[in-house]
Amino acid sequence: MLLSIDLSLILEKFVLIVVVVMSSLVIAMYATFAERKVAAFMQDRRGPNRAGPFGLLQPVADGLKLFFKEEIIPDLSSKFLFILGPCLAMLTAMMTGAVIPWGDKVHFFGRDIPLQIADINIGILYVFGVVSLGVYGIMIGSWASNNKFSLMGGLRAASQIISYELAMGIALIALLMTTGTLSLKEIVEQQQQHWYSWNIIKQPLGFLIFLICAFAECNRTPFDLPEAENELIGGYHTEYSSMKLGFFLFAEYINMFLSSAVMVSLFFGGYDIPFVNDASLAETIGVNWIALIHTGLFLFKAACFLFLFMWVRWTIPRFRYDQLMNLGWKILIPLALINMLVTGAFILFQENNWHF
Amino acid sequence: MNVIEILFWFLSVMALGGAVMVVSSKSPVHSILYLILTFFAISGHYILMNAQFLAIVNIIVYAGAIMVLFLFVVMLMNLNADSEPHQKNKWILYIGGIAGGSLLLIIVAALKQTAAATQLVQMNSGNTGLIKNLGMLLFTDYVFPFEISSILFLSAMIGAVIISKKEA
Repeated sequence: MLLSIDLSLILEKFVLIVVVVMSSLVIAMYATFAERKVAAFMQDRRGPNRAGPFGLLQPVADGLKLFFKEEIIPDLSSKFLFILGPCLAMLTAMMTGAVIPWGDKVHFFGRDIPLQIADINIGILYVFGVVSLGVYGIMIGSWASNNKFSLMGGLRAASQIISYELAMGIALIALLMTTGTLSLKEIVEQQQQHWYSWNIIKQPLGFLIFLICAFAECNRTPFDLPEAENELIGGYHTEYSSMKLGFFLFAEYINMFLSSAVMVSLFFGGYDIPFVNDASLAETIGVNWIALIHTGLFLFKAACFLFLFMWVRWTIPRFRYDQLMNLGWKILIPLALINMLVTGAFILFQENNWHF
Repeated sequence: MNVIEILFWFLSVMALGGAVMVVSSKSPVHSILYLILTFFAISGHYILMNAQFLAIVNIIVYAGAIMVLFLFVVMLMNLNADSEPHQKNKWILYIGGIAGGSLLLIIVAALKQTAAATQLVQMNSGNTGLIKNLGMLLFTDYVFPFEISSILFLSAMIGAVIISKKEA
């Protein structure tokens, strides 16, 4: 027996993977549109409004423009690595979606289908691993360009991501101490119990550190030092043109969406409906409808975070490079360590029933 | 051959092929990229052994952090195929080949006698690599070595800070 796995399971997971990949691409596409609209709103302009009604076809027009541009590969670059760079950036951006619980489950054809591609017991560590691999796309692409400005951008990206990963990891440790599990599904289910059981209430400081680090990991303003037009000509993607450049830019938006989804699952109850007992509601209106509401609410929460990303970009000027390193190493890491110690002490006293 | 055996052979070929390419490729950057491939293959082996925690920690620590720093240094110093030192003395190459080959022969001969030789893959049966069991082991039976190694890490960290301060 070559394939002992249930065929319908493979089909079910395949459909789920296609849906998740497609919807994160479409959401990232419209995030670029939303970004320009938000920027226009903040600067008292109208923003893109020519292509289609309200400019809704603008992302399609942008994509077509990128596809039709001339593709240039520098002569002295390593051609394979030059193409591998943007591919890796896209791949690592999409991989996070595999462990995020988009909803509880749906009931079709007599089967319960969980709305999560893989519920592995190390879920959050998987996210962390994929994030730490995310830097390779930029580094390899920038090195293969054989251009010193690209290389400077790539080195900035690498040192920035490594520095902020530490604070992010320590902030996560404090969160995991309160949840006691690494599975994202279980973390979301724990938060469904009461209206006050969202992790943001238990770990406000941890959330703040995680949010700042997420900004840094996505290379978003105020941490977009790898991309610096006035210092580095363009940044890590100076030599890129056509859709390969598009992949780099697009990966940033996918990263933004999926890190919003991770933050929603970790700190804001995931697909939980606040102030409503989901289990009793599921009995009255059926499993499929509640799944629809859950997923819709999850996407709404993620969209709020996407708006926050854009809001910050068009409000706050960027850091200087030494300020960025100071914030990461001298402020965020000590804060995260204090947060971890306080959380640990609190849990210890709680388990001893407050006897000292 | 079931799926797990096919995966085992695929990952083994990937790990060994990657490791050979690390040594034989001329450009240091390519060497590092092959080394990352090897780490991924080893993580795949951990997953076959149901050691999910070890697999992901291998990726986070080695592929995600240490290799990024290696790549960082190599790119910063602009090492390429030309700056690779060329070994002129051919006798050293032969002697190295013979010594390495005999070491391989001894390892193969020693492993042939053990019980592990008959069992091709330990599939899905081990559970020490799961995070719960590993944590329990580290904080009960092996707490002393665990603490010793953490002191080693701490001293290495302090050493790195002191070295970087002297040059500034």
